[in-house]
Amino acid sequence: MRHIISLLMENEAGALSRVAGLFSARGYNIESLNVAPTEDPTLSRMTLVTIGSDEVIEQITKQLNKLIEVVKIVDLSEGDHIERELMLVKIRAIDSDRDEVKRLADIFRGNIIDVTDKSYTIELTGTSSKLDAFLATIERNMILETIRTGASGLGRGERILKL
Amino acid sequence: MSVELTGAEITVRCLQEEGVNYIFGYPGGAVLFIYDELFKQDKVKHILVRHEQAALHAADGYARSSKNVGVALVTSGPGVTNAVTGIATAYMDSIPLVVISGQVPTAAIGQDAFQEVDTVGITRPCVKHNFLVKDITELASTIKKAFYIASSGRPGPVLVDIPKDVTQQKTVFAYPSSVSMRSYNPVVDGNSRQIKKAAQLILSAKRPMIYSGGGVILDNASDALTELVRLLNFPCTNTLMGLGGYPATDKRFVGMLGMHGTYEANMAMQYCDVLIAVGARFDDRVIGNPKHFYSEERKIIHIDIDPSSISKRVKVDVPIVGSVSEVLKELIKLIKASREETDAHALKEWWKQIDLWRERDCLRYDRTSAVIKPQMVVEKLYAVTKGDAFITSDVGQHQMWAAQFYQFDKPRRWINSGGLGTMGFGLPSAMGVQLANPKGVVACITGEASIQMCIQELSTCKQYQLPLKIINLNNRYMGMVRQWQEFFHGNRYSESYMNALPDFVKLAESYGHVGMKIEKPEDVEAALKEAFKLKERLVFMDFITDQTENVFPMVPGGKGLSEMILV
Repeated sequence: MRHIISLLMENEAGALSRVAGLFSARGYNIESLNVAPTEDPTLSRMTLVTIGSDEVIEQITKQLNKLIEVVKIVDLSEGDHIERELMLVKIRAIDSDRDEVKRLADIFRGNIIDVTDKSYTIELTGTSSKLDAFLATIERNMILETIRTGASGLGRGERILKL
Repeated sequence: MSVELTGAEITVRCLQEEGVNYIFGYPGGAVLFIYDELFKQDKVKHILVRHEQAALHAADGYARSSKNVGVALVTSGPGVTNAVTGIATAYMDSIPLVVISGQVPTAAIGQDAFQEVDTVGITRPCVKHNFLVKDITELASTIKKAFYIASSGRPGPVLVDIPKDVTQQKTVFAYPSSVSMRSYNPVVDGNSRQIKKAAQLILSAKRPMIYSGGGVILDNASDALTELVRLLNFPCTNTLMGLGGYPATDKRFVGMLGMHGTYEANMAMQYCDVLIAVGARFDDRVIGNPKHFYSEERKIIHIDIDPSSISKRVKVDVPIVGSVSEVLKELIKLIKASREETDAHALKEWWKQIDLWRERDCLRYDRTSAVIKPQMVVEKLYAVTKGDAFITSDVGQHQMWAAQFYQFDKPRRWINSGGLGTMGFGLPSAMGVQLANPKGVVACITGEASIQMCIQELSTCKQYQLPLKIINLNNRYMGMVRQWQEFFHGNRYSESYMNALPDFVKLAESYGHVGMKIEKPEDVEAALKEAFKLKERLVFMDFITDQTENVFPMVPGGKGLSEMILV
């Protein structure tokens, strides 16, 4: 099953490589990973998407907790949560395709943030599956390039990950 | 204004503050300033090894046989890479070490400088934690943290990498009296509700079994464990790492378990109805195939300091995270206070069954052999040392025979590389053991293959007059490799014959030690007695043993505990 694990860690050099190293050393999957400092500059917050059985996820959270620089950890998918991912996608858009691409962008509430006479670059946020769905509607050879941040998330309401 | 000290001075002062008696190391360019400070003082004694791997093993042996943190000092680049095997060895067995490594100056980091290596990167997967100190003002607090992290929670090696320029810079020295880290707060006390549940389960057991590991030794919990086992009159087994956690000569001890464990220990593990695991981690060499282990139903109580050890390989019913000594003490209190009692009748039946298994006499060997049987050497060693020696070992058949035939009644007497299985561990670790226990009798049980992996340390032993006794069980084979090739590879002894062996007697003598060669069974005891009389000397005893002897019982890889090959 897919899990979104969110963690607070010391904002120190090398902390990220400890997490990445742990996953490769123990053979766990990383679907996506993102990290940036929080409003408290001594802390970073990381969101990890991984796939595994309940036993594997339990081991992953325990092993992450064991890392000295990890302060707190929560498996967001254990409860209600909000998930967002940002994607930038550059699409070939010539002649009649230009209208079609713009329409699709509107339907998915994407913003066109760069335009040339041959292409549109669209900014899209949403759950990872929404971004997948958008890409599925575009003909493959029209997609020039994509970049995705991987999922970020927060617990809903009173579910708060804080020190 | 306070006096400013250099980074090198601060490093040495920190070691003094931590009460470090011995530091094991090897100098080099990046640590010259630290060595200069070591030279100017005599509180921290430096032991010069002949290879950095040995520095780590010696610090490791020091830590295992005392209750202290072992400390090693190596230079950048090859100094560190040589040390990695020793760091990984300590990591796998959860041994508290602080390793100080020199690094090229901060400005040179990343420039492929001479003797530069990414030490923090290379050691990351085999340390509990590591630090690169780029700012002199953080040096003292980092070393303090290193000692704290190494020795608390589940112990382990911590490395502090110090660039050369940081050892030259100056700052005011203040050694912190305590450490507080928001991201690291190991638990101590177990959950009292869980402990209560465990006590109830224990009292309801019909076929109980207590299985304890290295955690009992590391947490100094053997008194508590012994009290619990005797209170309940339950059978007790120890893992390879846990030997000495419960007195081996007590009748409740059923021997070591696992791949080369006794028949009775493995059968009792398989067929018990309540299993109490204490400071052990159900590893592959202990329970064999987990599926086979599951084929019998039993309830499992698992006490461990490390939450990630629980339900890693085997699902448990009552997990208790906490210091094993504290949890055991709580458990004893509850059981003593309980109105319920153990089922005496069921327990009697269970002991009857265990005694039947014992009658298989699974460790028997040919005592009338015309060639020296390795098991016999260990038995005689046990008799001659009255069971009171510190025994280190290397890795292989001799290690298993040592574990099976030397009966350890006390903790911290059996020093071996259980997790990583590092050949070359025995001799250097014995040096650390001897320094930690200057009055102790220290013997290294080894083989002609393992001993050659760190044989250069005979020179260190000479320099510091360490009167070790080396018991070389010489069968002219990498015995365990040979055994597997015999059992599983059609007797094709691929590269496992130790050709072109040195004359160990002459070799020992060339280092200024005493060498003995023993070829007949009838000479074994007298030779051992003679060697142990030489209290001031290192004696290298080369026992020419049976080439074809195998370690039994054996649970082959992928098999279950009740599927042992018996002699």
